[in-house]
Amino acid sequence: MTPPPSGDETSDRHDWSRLMAAAQEGDRHAYDRLLREIVPFIRAVIKRQHGSAARRDEVVQDVLLTLHRVRHTYDPTRPFTYWLASIARRRSIDALRRLGRTESPEIYDPTAYETFADPQANRTLEVRHATEGLAEAIAGLPERQREAVTLLKLRELSLIEASRLSGTSVGALKVNVHRAIKALRKQLTGARDG
Amino acid sequence: MAEPVEGLIERLVAEAEPVQRLPPPALRAAMWLFMAGAAMALAVVLFADLALFRERASDPKLMLELIATLLTGILAVLAAFELSLPDRSSVWALLPLPPLALWIASSGYSCYRHWLVYGPGGWGLGESAHCFRFIIGASLPLGVALLLTLRRAAPLAPVPVAAMGGLGSAALAAFILQFFHPFDVTVMDLAVHLGSVALVVAIAAAWERRASRNAGLAA
Repeated sequence: MTPPPSGDETSDRHDWSRLMAAAQEGDRHAYDRLLREIVPFIRAVIKRQHGSAARRDEVVQDVLLTLHRVRHTYDPTRPFTYWLASIARRRSIDALRRLGRTESPEIYDPTAYETFADPQANRTLEVRHATEGLAEAIAGLPERQREAVTLLKLRELSLIEASRLSGTSVGALKVNVHRAIKALRKQLTGARDG
Repeated sequence: MAEPVEGLIERLVAEAEPVQRLPPPALRAAMWLFMAGAAMALAVVLFADLALFRERASDPKLMLELIATLLTGILAVLAAFELSLPDRSSVWALLPLPPLALWIASSGYSCYRHWLVYGPGGWGLGESAHCFRFIIGASLPLGVALLLTLRRAAPLAPVPVAAMGGLGSAALAAFILQFFHPFDVTVMDLAVHLGSVALVVAIAAAWERRASRNAGLAA
């Protein structure tokens, strides 16, 4: 699995916008490159909502089909990744709803047999379940925010230490970590709500 | 990359004809409003009793109500065009709410005034049936024209778009109704006006829901 595109790949993202604009004008070569490049990004967006690889594949195909159908709505002056992520999220939710309609009488809980009578024994599993997707979400943050969250929250450095290590001012670190937490909260709770 | 995804990409690339980009939503909304405005102005000039309207228009409360109704229509149409695109925030749906609240409040005030003057007699259905037919009748062509224009964007969540479009067309219909409405709004009138607006919104939403379900089945 390719990791979700991060701040380091802003030039790629800029490229996607250019490729999409060319695709709208009928450039098949650009369209081919774009569709191949965005598949890992789509997978990263929908990953948390769809457990099995087969279902993820199905949703990726649905997103690609939708993108193809609404490609005339993309405005090249606006960010491509946001447009694409909106489509991916929407199709992902639609897929969950379809699933709810067709499979609601069945019970699907692949981890049910792994749970134990002693509540303490289930803790490792629950912790793993609760933090699932956090690493991907952090990796998906813009570079400065990712750095701030890694230094201050994961490595638990002080603001002064983190500032010295990263060469960023204390004020900027505070702003970045605040934005990062806000983005993560939105992404993780949003994904679970949906 | 899994094989089916690979195959799909090849198929999509093979059928990728050039497409015409949609103009910005605000421009599309302005164009639609211009066309609808022209049709509405024509209807008013041809059929409305403008002398009577001029007399009533001297009442600042009526002017406020008129402006609020028109603004609700315009902003709901703009919001519908924005919402029809995949990457626009759903916050756009809140745009027509302030003028809608003002419209309800100003109509409510005239109901109160009417009730003071006429007492419980003001509760009769009276001309309201005519208003109901008017709002539904005028919303229908406006709404259908609007929904067909909105569909060019192939909205991913068509129901809120249709509901917003329904609100826009019904508010515009209620706006021109004022030119054919030679009296102040009574409680029943207000209920009928809002009821017919709600009905148009519900019809538009149901229509799109059905259409999108059918499209989903066909896909």
